[in-house]
Amino acid sequence: MTAGQIFIRGLWKENPIFRLVLGMCPTLAVTTSVVNGMGMGLASTFVLICSNGIIALLRGFIPKKVRIPAFIVIIATFVTIVDLVMHGFFYDLHRNLGLFIPLIVVNCVILGRAEAFASRNGVGASLLDGLSMGLGFTLSLMLLGAVREILGNGSLLGYTLFGPDFPPLLVMVLPPGAFVALGFLMAGINKLEERRAIHAGEEYAPPREMDCGNCVLCRLGEGDDGGAAA
Amino acid sequence: MSMEQDKTGASPPEVAAAGGDPPAPPPAKPAPPDKAEPPRAPRLVVSTSPHVHRDQDVPRIMRSVVWALVPGILVGLWFFGLAALQVYAIAVAGCLLFEWAFRRMLGRPGTLGDWSAVVTGLLLAMNLPAGSPWWLVVVGCLAAIVLGKQIYGGLGYNPFNPALVARVVLLVSFPVQMTTWPAQGGPLTVDATTAATPLGAIREALSVGQTVPQAMAGADFPVWKLLVGMRGGCLGEVSVIALLLGGLFLLRKGHIKWQVPVGFIATVFLFTGAAWLGDPERYANPLYHTFSGGLFLGAFFMATDMVTSPVTRRGMFIFAVGCGLITVIIRLWGGYPEGVSFAILLMNAATPLIDRYTKPQVFGAKRKLYEEAKAA
Repeated sequence: MTAGQIFIRGLWKENPIFRLVLGMCPTLAVTTSVVNGMGMGLASTFVLICSNGIIALLRGFIPKKVRIPAFIVIIATFVTIVDLVMHGFFYDLHRNLGLFIPLIVVNCVILGRAEAFASRNGVGASLLDGLSMGLGFTLSLMLLGAVREILGNGSLLGYTLFGPDFPPLLVMVLPPGAFVALGFLMAGINKLEERRAIHAGEEYAPPREMDCGNCVLCRLGEGDDGGAAA
Repeated sequence: MSMEQDKTGASPPEVAAAGGDPPAPPPAKPAPPDKAEPPRAPRLVVSTSPHVHRDQDVPRIMRSVVWALVPGILVGLWFFGLAALQVYAIAVAGCLLFEWAFRRMLGRPGTLGDWSAVVTGLLLAMNLPAGSPWWLVVVGCLAAIVLGKQIYGGLGYNPFNPALVARVVLLVSFPVQMTTWPAQGGPLTVDATTAATPLGAIREALSVGQTVPQAMAGADFPVWKLLVGMRGGCLGEVSVIALLLGGLFLLRKGHIKWQVPVGFIATVFLFTGAAWLGDPERYANPLYHTFSGGLFLGAFFMATDMVTSPVTRRGMFIFAVGCGLITVIIRLWGGYPEGVSFAILLMNAATPLIDRYTKPQVFGAKRKLYEEAKAA
């Protein structure tokens, strides 16, 4: 896999939010505005790049059986650094993101990349992978934050867009709005991807997480057999 | 995508069983058969169930619901005047428009003919205060049709009642507009002063340290006024008698089962009654609770939604009791004075689970054998 392929993968093809559906907790919780989304995204990107690099360096020393605790310790180190730096230099942002900064430790994207990529690849490729996944994460959070800020607050990056008489659709900055915006954005991105695949003559398969065939919700009422068969 | 094909693919055998009748959509509930197929020429038709059809289809049921809503609508128009008419007109037109536009955008067949958008529009309007600004109603239509129904695949696939989804979106987004209740000024009212709702008055009084008896003395809502509908509130929720008339019509037609409204209303009555007996200074009496708020509208017209409520009668009763409990908990201890819409939506979410645990035993199966087979 070339460097370019690794880089583009995190931005689009395996975008952590819209394609892999990982790290949903900070995604849904902090994207009430573009700035919050960007802060969260950049903090995670920093942790991701650093932890990917260190884990790739140490991949020969970490015993297989204790690799997860070892990864977590490395990740937690960098999260602590981010936490203290943000507390010192970006106090308002730090207060807005609150608990979700320390929670970067348990972000699935970071542990997922450590396990799936950094522990099996060289340092350079791992750094690049961290950068790509981190940027994909950041851009996705900013997109989600922009949609929610425009609809739910009538502003973008803090600038009021529609004048004082515009009644914002408050629900979009509340938790339900996060799910609604994420759902519509995912549907749109799937549609784009489907169109691209058809155009390129490939067969389109929606991501597993979003495919009805992998979900038992509709078949809940059919009893144990129906659920197990799925 | 494949699932939809499966579901629509089930219709050809039904046509065969119905003997050429217009293909009825699969009934949302196992309706009791009221007439058997007349004997035909000896011809063996092998088909899957259901074999016995009722003379009902979605448009017909929806039209009955519209008729059942008429008394409530008329009372709303009479008390709130032209402002109410505007809300009704925009809501119905908006729902029809979004239903048409969104189906078209997705390239799916149009569904305006099934009347469900009309019912959604009417129910949405009945859940709004009179004099709601036009944009509020339009956003409500968008939320109801697109967010509440079409993104799930349309009528029959929506887990939540569309009109209530819209109401809650609006209530959370525009708390000021959604709790500004115009006073009832008669049929020609265009612009009116505001008035308190019965539940709002109590909440207000409690928050300034009054007791419930003091609040009720000040608010002047005797039971007869609540029954007739002479009180502040949403357009369609005010008159208990008018809603009851429509509800009885639906019960008589068999479109709704008594388990839902009776279970819902009785639970609210008993639970608020218990609270009232415990501390009459803090809790209003059960009659006041039963006849105010949106309880009758919710219990007869929204908790009974065929798509979003359980299939079996036992399940319906569990569903209704759950609605009642959540309603009372929100009313007495929650952040909002009224909780019917939240309660119904929450129980909508529980419907698949209720259906799962109230599934009737397969006809003819012996319980013991069945259990053994399951264990094996």
